[in-house]
Amino acid sequence: MSRPVFPSSPASLRTLARAVLLGATLLAALPPAARAQGNLEISTPAVAAVRASMQARFAQLEPLLASGAVGLTQDGRIELRDANLVPLAQRAGAGNLVAAENADRVRLYREIAVANGHPEWEADIRNTFAQRWIDKARPGWWVRTAQGGWAQR
Amino acid sequence: MRRTVLLPALVPLLLAGCVTINIYFPAAAAEKAAEKIIDEVWQLRPPVPAAPPGASQ
Repeated sequence: MSRPVFPSSPASLRTLARAVLLGATLLAALPPAARAQGNLEISTPAVAAVRASMQARFAQLEPLLASGAVGLTQDGRIELRDANLVPLAQRAGAGNLVAAENADRVRLYREIAVANGHPEWEADIRNTFAQRWIDKARPGWWVRTAQGGWAQR
Repeated sequence: MRRTVLLPALVPLLLAGCVTINIYFPAAAAEKAAEKIIDEVWQLRPPVPAAPPGASQ
């Protein structure tokens, strides 16, 4: 003879109802973006500002990537790999450009994590971007290998 | 008697399940977001109207 799986006494039922209610409350407390499957929030003012800033900088960064003066790292940043490839007059500017870009990238990863209610996702987001930047690097650009050397795409 | 022991043990388990399902890192969504932003920044896609040119000069 099989017994019913669910509790039948009123006290147990009340406990169960309370547990379900608590679960629903916890779910409702999560930010909407965390529940909506399929998309991360990337349109908050903070994220949009970094996106626009990086996009504006790319016009100056592109020649440095194309010449090999600047390369992509494994951790989602860029690096000045050969300053001799930059004309002397522009060398200081190139260093500033790389520093500004890296500051924006760090901000981008953090702001996306924050925008989605999970600051602890920052490292995962950085890793996802790091892989994607490298995948999408144009032919001729330089990329840090896992071994620490440079490889040309 | 057995049922009254089982239920308190089961409730935290159910709750933990609810929470973990919603807190894991959404890798596929992150890939999509990265794809979109990189295409935009590297101008593989029409740019967003913003950022006055030469602002950093």
